[in-house]
Amino acid sequence: MTFRKYLVLAGVTVFSPVGDALLNRGMKQLGAVSLHDLSSLLLAVLNPWVACGILFLIAYFASYMAALSWADLTYVLPATSLGYVLVALIARIGFHESISPTRWLGIALITAGVGFVAAGPSVTVLPEPAKTGTPEAVTQEVQP
Amino acid sequence: MKNIYAWTAIWLNVFASTAGNVWLSHAMKKVGDVGELRKQYGFRRVIKRILTTPTFFLGMLGMAVAFYSLLFGLAWANLSLVVPAAASLTFVANALAARIFLHEQVGRRRWIAALLVAGGVALMAV
Repeated sequence: MTFRKYLVLAGVTVFSPVGDALLNRGMKQLGAVSLHDLSSLLLAVLNPWVACGILFLIAYFASYMAALSWADLTYVLPATSLGYVLVALIARIGFHESISPTRWLGIALITAGVGFVAAGPSVTVLPEPAKTGTPEAVTQEVQP
Repeated sequence: MKNIYAWTAIWLNVFASTAGNVWLSHAMKKVGDVGELRKQYGFRRVIKRILTTPTFFLGMLGMAVAFYSLLFGLAWANLSLVVPAAASLTFVANALAARIFLHEQVGRRRWIAALLVAGGVALMAV
């Protein structure tokens, strides 16, 4: 893993929760969406908060695609889940919201999960099938 | 009634985002390391290569459905329920789908990580 790859994973981690929070604020401004008025859902993108949220989610998507080009899906998803912890910490430090013991336990579990997957290999390498081998070749993992 | 709508949106989000993730991961593995490709051939060639990979568009479709189902969910329930519930279920669904469709080796380490993160995300919603 190079520094550039860690930066890409950091981008995936940060952009998504910020985008979700902006979307949440925009959708709360618009109010409940009725199934009979789907056009209001399409027009929601004109709300500035929703538009900013979408910009952040585009940045998230670009870094997510870059990460998937060199790492497994089952590596990228847990490795970038620190975003949930980030949201809770921003709420605690920035907005002085209280975090319940259950949430602290959730933060501890997520952090442990990230540590578990980040310490392992980032990609599964499927070896070239042997000429006389069976179609389902055994997979092996390589260290990043 | 709002609760039923919210959970329908959450399950639709889980299904669509899992399908989208699998297609997108398949597409990007076909494209190759975009950082290395950009160094060798330039940014335009990388974009062209991505846009000529059919599963990329299926992935985008899955992500678009997931995005709108998230918007629906957020209109009917709080962010603190919709995002953690959808995300924790998606972690487990993705691990299963990646093993079945992408033939990723999901060893004990990755299963433990996926379950820890899914459990942690679910607790964050409490």
